[in-house]
Amino acid sequence: MSYVRNSALWCFFCWAASGVAQPDVEKQWQTRFILAEDGDTLELPAGRIELTNTLWLDGKRGVVLRGAGADRTVLSFRGQKQGAEGLKITNASDIVLEGFTLENSRGDLLKAQQVNGLTLRNLKAQWTGKPRKTNGSYALYPVQCQRVRIERCTAIGASDAGIYVGQSDSVWVTECVAYHNVAGIEIENTTNAWVWNNTARDNTGGILVFDLPDLPKKQGGRVLVWKNQVLHNNHKNFAPKGNIVAKVPPGTGIMVLATRHVEIAENTVLDNRTAPTAIVSYYLAQTPLQDKDYSPYAADVHVHDNTYSAGKRRPTWRHRLGFLLWLKFGRRPPNIVYDGITDPNTSHARICLRQNTNGSFANVKAAQGFKNITTDLAPYDCSLPPLPRPK
Amino acid sequence: MIARFRLCPGPNRPLLAALASMAALLLLAAFSRPDGPPRPAQRLSEYGFFIGPLADLQPAEGVFPYTVNAPLFSDYAEKARFIALPKGARMGFRAEGPFDFPAGSVILKNFFYLNDVRKPEQGRRIVETRLLVREAGGWKALTYVWNADQTDALLEVAGTEVLIRWTDATGKHRTLQYHVPNLNQCKGCHAADGQLVPIGVCAEQLHRPDTPHGSLLERWSAEGRLKGINAAALAAITPLADYENPGLPLNARARAYLHANCAHCHHPRGPASTSGLFLDAAQTDPMRLGIYKPPVAAGRGSGNRKYSIAPGKPHESILLFRMEHNDPGIRMPELGRQMPHREGIELIRQWIRQLPP
Repeated sequence: MSYVRNSALWCFFCWAASGVAQPDVEKQWQTRFILAEDGDTLELPAGRIELTNTLWLDGKRGVVLRGAGADRTVLSFRGQKQGAEGLKITNASDIVLEGFTLENSRGDLLKAQQVNGLTLRNLKAQWTGKPRKTNGSYALYPVQCQRVRIERCTAIGASDAGIYVGQSDSVWVTECVAYHNVAGIEIENTTNAWVWNNTARDNTGGILVFDLPDLPKKQGGRVLVWKNQVLHNNHKNFAPKGNIVAKVPPGTGIMVLATRHVEIAENTVLDNRTAPTAIVSYYLAQTPLQDKDYSPYAADVHVHDNTYSAGKRRPTWRHRLGFLLWLKFGRRPPNIVYDGITDPNTSHARICLRQNTNGSFANVKAAQGFKNITTDLAPYDCSLPPLPRPK
Repeated sequence: MIARFRLCPGPNRPLLAALASMAALLLLAAFSRPDGPPRPAQRLSEYGFFIGPLADLQPAEGVFPYTVNAPLFSDYAEKARFIALPKGARMGFRAEGPFDFPAGSVILKNFFYLNDVRKPEQGRRIVETRLLVREAGGWKALTYVWNADQTDALLEVAGTEVLIRWTDATGKHRTLQYHVPNLNQCKGCHAADGQLVPIGVCAEQLHRPDTPHGSLLERWSAEGRLKGINAAALAAITPLADYENPGLPLNARARAYLHANCAHCHHPRGPASTSGLFLDAAQTDPMRLGIYKPPVAAGRGSGNRKYSIAPGKPHESILLFRMEHNDPGIRMPELGRQMPHREGIELIRQWIRQLPP
């Protein structure tokens, strides 16, 4: 009964949204978000609404926000005056967001913090127009969350990462599409993540698995990158400087930075001009490091059964690593690049590379000034126990 | 029910209507959950916090004013703060974090603008009154927006905007589309571990050992408003400096400013714990404080700068960039500020400039 009443109410808002009385509609929406009871379903009607404030849901359990479908229900933040996010979900559990579009916020489009049980389904989060450095940072941004499922979502135009999961645990990202972002999909300081069956195309970097220092959640790991399409991620890097992704070279397919226990398997990685797959330490970012509890090395990385492009390509000249690869290899750079920086306290970094189609390789020996680069795969012919697969 | 009484003719009608509404009130009272929290009042006047004309803010019995050592900047709004304690109840002292409050306590903050800052006698406009209400299960935030006549203030759940005009200390006319926060935005600052908490009612903000009437906390203790203090506890408090007092050391002023304006979020238990940048006055780790700390998820908030604080180089410090900027995706604090705080920016600029590299 209340469901019917709610729907009727929302339909009224929808009608009102088509008029000029947007501030009133916005206020009604925010009021509904504040007064929602645990277990409520809030229907977001078809149509476009212009919002000037962050729309914020806090402290709820089991609430569903359901639109009429991506591109049918559109929440536009073009004229935003308050708040650093479009939609914000905090201190909540078992929240489902599905079937709507978020557009053109000043900061992030969707930020979810401290949510245990978050499902994002059939959402589109985008900055419209050409990718610009004035676009917001993250399109879909769960941070400090547990049990996150991101399914069939689209992220476009983020000046940092399209889909960015930070400092979280137990994460699914599947059947999503990310394009025209600096980073398509980024998993950062996150444990137990499955990234599979996604398409990351035309970003600066396709899929990034990063561990960064100086954060409350230190050590990510156990990240599976499986059966994704990672295609022509050669976009100019338009991230503001200072951010770690501003250092990602255009033409990066999949990059593992300072993370342990990562499996990269059965991906199709085509036409990424500089580093189709890169395994690097935090030192390559050339940022001073002071965090004593942080391990800056990539280790236990297993790259196998991926398919890379054959043929010629020129690495980017816009980045030190790209220029170096071009100097050494010309138009035949390796498909898997390893910086070779290992933990001096352990004997072996356990980097295993096996059965990759066109899986040419180079250890660029960054610690030795990029001298004595080797391309021999034999030291890396090993395998690691597979990470569990999603069912 | 009302419809039936409407049919009644004659002079008794108003009386009957009054009886009917009384009956309705009694019914409401009977059916409201006895164990649940009381519903918030629709009007500020209903609480009886003040006596006389409401806009005079004359506290009733059991309500008393307080000030803080280092206030939060809120678009140049001035604030009149009060605490209302239940009869006979006392606050409990804590060395760290907000004091303990018994259920039924209320902390009030009235936001107002003097019509002319140079001439306070020309009156003021009270914009909103924010309440933090202590219930048995925790704190609740409410805000009341004052009417144009300044006779009362109405509960506002979803936030609103109010156009404010005033003349500032330099004689300049200022206008502002003042933003009254919605109830979630209250928690955007007033949060520790995801729970709503007070901020300013804590030892380092309230302790003033040498007021003309002696130490404020000791006075409260003597008046039966505060329990749990002793000479050792008071001696252990490091009060925040009054950052507007140029006679105090620059470092103490700057750290007090950062504590009051940033550390409610930028704290290991606050909403900005994700950033790893912690700006509380007790912070001793230079990296945590932002010195040579690269950003994590600042996005374009970094302003193409490399570090939160580049010692000696304010124009290369992200912290200052975000204080100066007004874009909602860049500015800091995220909430409660639309104008840059020129005096605060100048203070932090001087402080960063003299930090040794």
